[in-house]
Amino acid sequence: MSRFEIIKREDFSDVTYLLEILHPMMAKVARPGQFVIVMLHEHGERIPLTIADFDRNAGTITLVIQAVGKTTKEMQRACRVGTGLYAMVGPMGIPSPISHAKKVVCVGGGLGVAPVYPQARAFKEAGAYVIGVLGFRNKSLIFWEDKFRACCDEFIVCTDDGSAGIKGLVTEGIKQAIAMHSDIDEVVAIGPPIMMKGCAEATRPHQIKTMVSLNPLMVDGTGMCGGCRVKLGDKVKFACVDGPDFDGHLVDFDDLMTRLRRYTKEERMSLDHWEKNCRMQKQIEAASALPASPAPASKVKR
Amino acid sequence: MAKKRTIRTIPQERTPMREQDPQARAKNFEEVACGYSIEDALRESERCMLCPDEPCIAGCPVGIDIPGFIQKLGEKDFRGAYDILTDTNLLPSICGRVCPQETQCEGVCTVGDSLEPVAIGRLERFVGDTAIKEGWVNIPYIEPTRFRVGIVGSGPAGMACAADMAKAGCDVTVYEAFHQPGGVLRYGIPDFRLPNEVIDAEINNLRKLGVKFECNTLVGRLFTIEQMIEEMGFHTVFVGVGAGYPTMLGIPGDSLNGVLSANELLTRCNLMRAKEFPNFDTPLPLGHRVAVVGAGNTAMDAMRVSKRLGAEKVYCIYRRSRKEAPARVEEVHHAEQEEIEFHWLTNPVAVLDDGKGSVRGMRCIRMELGEPDDSGRRRPVPIAGSEFDFETDLIVYAIGTNANPIMGQTSKLKLNKWGYIGADENLATSVAGVYAGGDIVTGAATVIEAMGAGRKAARSMKAYLGIRDSSLPYMAQDGNGAGSLFGIDLKERNFARVRVA
Repeated sequence: MSRFEIIKREDFSDVTYLLEILHPMMAKVARPGQFVIVMLHEHGERIPLTIADFDRNAGTITLVIQAVGKTTKEMQRACRVGTGLYAMVGPMGIPSPISHAKKVVCVGGGLGVAPVYPQARAFKEAGAYVIGVLGFRNKSLIFWEDKFRACCDEFIVCTDDGSAGIKGLVTEGIKQAIAMHSDIDEVVAIGPPIMMKGCAEATRPHQIKTMVSLNPLMVDGTGMCGGCRVKLGDKVKFACVDGPDFDGHLVDFDDLMTRLRRYTKEERMSLDHWEKNCRMQKQIEAASALPASPAPASKVKR
Repeated sequence: MAKKRTIRTIPQERTPMREQDPQARAKNFEEVACGYSIEDALRESERCMLCPDEPCIAGCPVGIDIPGFIQKLGEKDFRGAYDILTDTNLLPSICGRVCPQETQCEGVCTVGDSLEPVAIGRLERFVGDTAIKEGWVNIPYIEPTRFRVGIVGSGPAGMACAADMAKAGCDVTVYEAFHQPGGVLRYGIPDFRLPNEVIDAEINNLRKLGVKFECNTLVGRLFTIEQMIEEMGFHTVFVGVGAGYPTMLGIPGDSLNGVLSANELLTRCNLMRAKEFPNFDTPLPLGHRVAVVGAGNTAMDAMRVSKRLGAEKVYCIYRRSRKEAPARVEEVHHAEQEEIEFHWLTNPVAVLDDGKGSVRGMRCIRMELGEPDDSGRRRPVPIAGSEFDFETDLIVYAIGTNANPIMGQTSKLKLNKWGYIGADENLATSVAGVYAGGDIVTGAATVIEAMGAGRKAARSMKAYLGIRDSSLPYMAQDGNGAGSLFGIDLKERNFARVRVA
């Protein structure tokens, strides 16, 4: 019995998965742009994840996670319906300022597709004309198309290989949207830093306000450690309590990307260590299963 | 009663405390100071002259009856000593370890006028540790009231406030954003200074008083202070969230990889157990040559943690001299024993880049002491042309904290010009029923000062709720009854609610 019970899981691809976690109190107050920090188990690390959706009636928080490192891969393996997380705290950060913009482009790429969804929906609910631009590597990785179509007036998909929608990066989609609409008030872009940097550069010549959601390394998420500090022009801000949304035209993305690489070596080490343990575990299971079950068909699984 | 003790008859030398050998301890996280044995404690207790003016009580931020507990200790009545201590301080094991006694009780000790002062902190720790070992806990008879008290932050201020309110019969819930309670005691102070078992024991004592701890709860964002009062049924709320927003130096190279706050280093190492990486998942920035900027307790902790993590060289960079260093004397002493290199009167001017986004070194300038500043300490001024570079691959800033913005962002609490929560002398905030204390009101201070604030707020909260404060009549020292009515202090705003049977 865990405190933060997983009540739904959906796998979008072999690396992307969705978890719905029961937390009625948080579901009641979560707003677009906010994030949570989760720990899988007592020995785990605290990782920040942007809230991809919330259901106030069902009392659930939705997280969409890409299995890229040790913790996210371990979560992919361990998190099943009925199991739970050791810790989940939030909603953290300042909610996205859903402005009175009349025409908005919501851009999501890779791990940013899910978190841009609540913003697109909120803009739609606020009466804006919403253009959704989503980027995926290929057609098979596309998810939530129906959810986006339901809240976007226009919807543009970009794939790296052209297997669906436009061939190219989301910046192509932004250019197309800008070419077709001269009156775009705001662009919201969420995804890997390099993508957000590209988006900010695409809108800069047109002087369109561009908000990005930053996801630097964090420990506590309450402003206490300063690990998540980002450069904004000549100012330094903490993404956890001063953000995570910032003006994309001011963010120093190169600094952000350098800082994100801080623990690359250790992350690799942690992943190797875990994968080695997993392999050993499998070997032990296989070895102990052999003599005990001469006829594999009769093996009783508990 | 033993014969009267005088400065000539008491043991002249302060009883030393056994410590781990500096060479050995610089490689482990075991506690450095091993504590007194019974014999040590008894001998040291004889050094207290039980002088009539009792300056130590006034020197203690929470007003512990120090001669009282030392006397019991001397009579080998350890339980009695524990009872006296816990009348005013529920956390003797913690305070005995982390209080800056030399500026508080021991700093004003009468014995200290001619000899070394009585080792009050070590005696307090001895009694607290004995209680943990024996499983003693003082659960007073608590008359339940109908009041519910919410406490935001489970650090020393919150714990002290929770203890007092629970003893007054309130239903107390403590909220903590981290996944474990304890605040700075847990994430900040390393194991070798304050073992986790001690924190656990003290928190369990609070649980035995009926205090509930709710972790993983970020007050302000999950629910607001106003909601606690208006919707969640709390009659009064105490905010003790700590200052927690580390100051960076603001010099070139601040954001390079390898520059981090002491809070981050300590949290990763202590709370997240990164020192046991990869068996725990949180990684740790390891450095060969570590430079720590600052000379407070946090800086000492950061240096000594770095040493234990295997750094070859650890430097302390401080712009003032040793005399002005704000750390506890014992911590500086321990750090020196562990071969930390101190560079006094040295100020960083830039962090040097290795060209790949990481730290290569640091540029500093020599300082000299000029005229006294607002804090009464002599202001350090740079010596022109004295810049020099040195090699380092990890730089830790331990230069204090600013106000954490979350409370200001999410509530109507009035803040002062520095962003800390504004509170009057009774620690009442601008919102009725809401009190605040500790670092979020005063800025960074010590554990015991935060505990003192928590207790002070608890007194105000009891007055606000109309609960008789049993400590007040006894505190009234008027004697002739001028300041009291039937033994009740007239300063107390609310009298007992009399129920006629």
